Amino acid sequence: MDEILEILEKDCRLSNEDIARMLKKKPQDIKKAIQKYEKEGAILKYKAVINKELIKDGERDVRALIEVNIVPQKDVGFDRIAERIYSFPEVSSCYLISGTYDLLLIVEGKDIHAVSRFVAEKLAPSENVRGTVTHFLLRKYKEDGVILKHRKENERIAISY
Amino acid sequence: MKDNVSKKVKDMQPSGIRAFFDLVLGMKEVISLGVGEPDFVTPWQIREAGIYSLEEGFTSYTSNKGLYKLRLSLSRYLKSRFGLDYSPDDEILVTVGVSEAVDLALRAIINPGDKILIPAPSYVSYGPVSELAGGLPVFIDTSRNAFKLKPEALEKAIDKKTKAVVLNYPSNPTGVSYTRSELDALKKIILKHGLLCITDEVYGDLTYDLQHTPFATLPGAKARTVYLDGFSKSYAMTGWRVGFACGPKDIIAAMTKIHQYTIMCVSITSQMAAVEALHSGSRNVEEMKREYRRRRELVVEALNRIGLKCAKPQGAFYAFASIKKTGLNSLDFSRRLLQKQKVAVVPGDAFGKSGEGYIRISYASSLENLKEALNRIELFLKGLPNRQAGR
Repeated sequence: MDEILEILEKDCRLSNEDIARMLKKKPQDIKKAIQKYEKEGAILKYKAVINKELIKDGERDVRALIEVNIVPQKDVGFDRIAERIYSFPEVSSCYLISGTYDLLLIVEGKDIHAVSRFVAEKLAPSENVRGTVTHFLLRKYKEDGVILKHRKENERIAISY
Repeated sequence: MKDNVSKKVKDMQPSGIRAFFDLVLGMKEVISLGVGEPDFVTPWQIREAGIYSLEEGFTSYTSNKGLYKLRLSLSRYLKSRFGLDYSPDDEILVTVGVSEAVDLALRAIINPGDKILIPAPSYVSYGPVSELAGGLPVFIDTSRNAFKLKPEALEKAIDKKTKAVVLNYPSNPTGVSYTRSELDALKKIILKHGLLCITDEVYGDLTYDLQHTPFATLPGAKARTVYLDGFSKSYAMTGWRVGFACGPKDIIAAMTKIHQYTIMCVSITSQMAAVEALHSGSRNVEEMKREYRRRRELVVEALNRIGLKCAKPQGAFYAFASIKKTGLNSLDFSRRLLQKQKVAVVPGDAFGKSGEGYIRISYASSLENLKEALNRIELFLKGLPNRQAGR
């Protein structure tokens, strides 16, 4: 992978100048490269990773992992059905997977009822959906490589040879 | 009244540097670029291997030489990585970091009065440890040759009492390393005079612009080389304390003799973790190396921009920057920088007289810390009287 992407994946707030210095390139070349990635859709978005459990006044969303069994459509296979499902704003992630069911969804709602309602009213009645199994998420430990725990850091001795 | 402490030990009193270190340790909210160890935590699978070994009840002594499994892994690793042949049976010794290995190697070879040549500035232990072993350290000032030991300078320093050269590359504190042909030129002199070469290659994996060449891989060098390396820097395992020594059978046997009376063996937990490091850690090493290299570019560029001249270090994670233009000596510079801007660096003279006029800046620190510290150093330089403004 391009080292620019490796750097941005760790910290997307670094300036083009800083990245250029680290890679011994010109800032405008970094800018161009990033614009190209953005245009191609390789870089889709820049966002903060927030541990919502620590936000006192924030709404805490309820999340569920939902296994979905679907009947593939002729010619278009799973894709069109998946599209109908992932287009719902409640669906935050959607994966086609191998194994005993077909789609794995991550669905978010403001409470358990909202998620249940989505499953009962939108998802399950869908024409090509054969069945669903809903797992409510109880606790997040790690997400996208980030451990959601504030660790006490081991302090190194401030000065050593 | 009788003196409690031996004369030998009293004579090895460190310079004023200790007081400066105490000053740093006593101060709060300091950004420290004075740290000689990685800022990464040991990769998880390596830590997990240590934990698992404890769960499984591996809590005993090991063979004095180290776990056979670790020596075998080391032997295979050195063979596949560098084409080096060291037998796990009698040519490899596992030590408590490279620090112990340096001590053992010097004690194993020094007769009273033997001279040990040390390119300077150098890591702090080579001189005192040589003296404790009854030898005479002879420092070769490399500051005029961009901190590289030149063959002519080496040859000039050799006399009848010279026993060995200690070669540390990439170097702590300068980050300087050597190409294969530069090493070969040094080797010719070492062989010509029948010397031994003790190599501290603990930063070898953190070499950026060239291929690290273990001294022992040079034709004819292996029989005269004690090759020292360890897990601390490359695998971010400083606290585990695991290093190793490879060398001719007689020297390894002699080192093992001392080791068995003084240390017995390295902690088995650490040795088990080290086996895992060799087995699966190369990806982590590469990742950390890329990160260090990026920081190096940032730091070296910034130092030169703000007027602290600094050659690009080829390895390790230190920049050795000149502060001569400020008119301050290393210790004064470091002390004032600490007091005015709360940034800690190591004064160059901590690594010998030839390091005077320089400071060692460690870039084993987060990008945020480095950027903030460099800003503060720039402010500090601007606040100096004109004569010392650094430009």
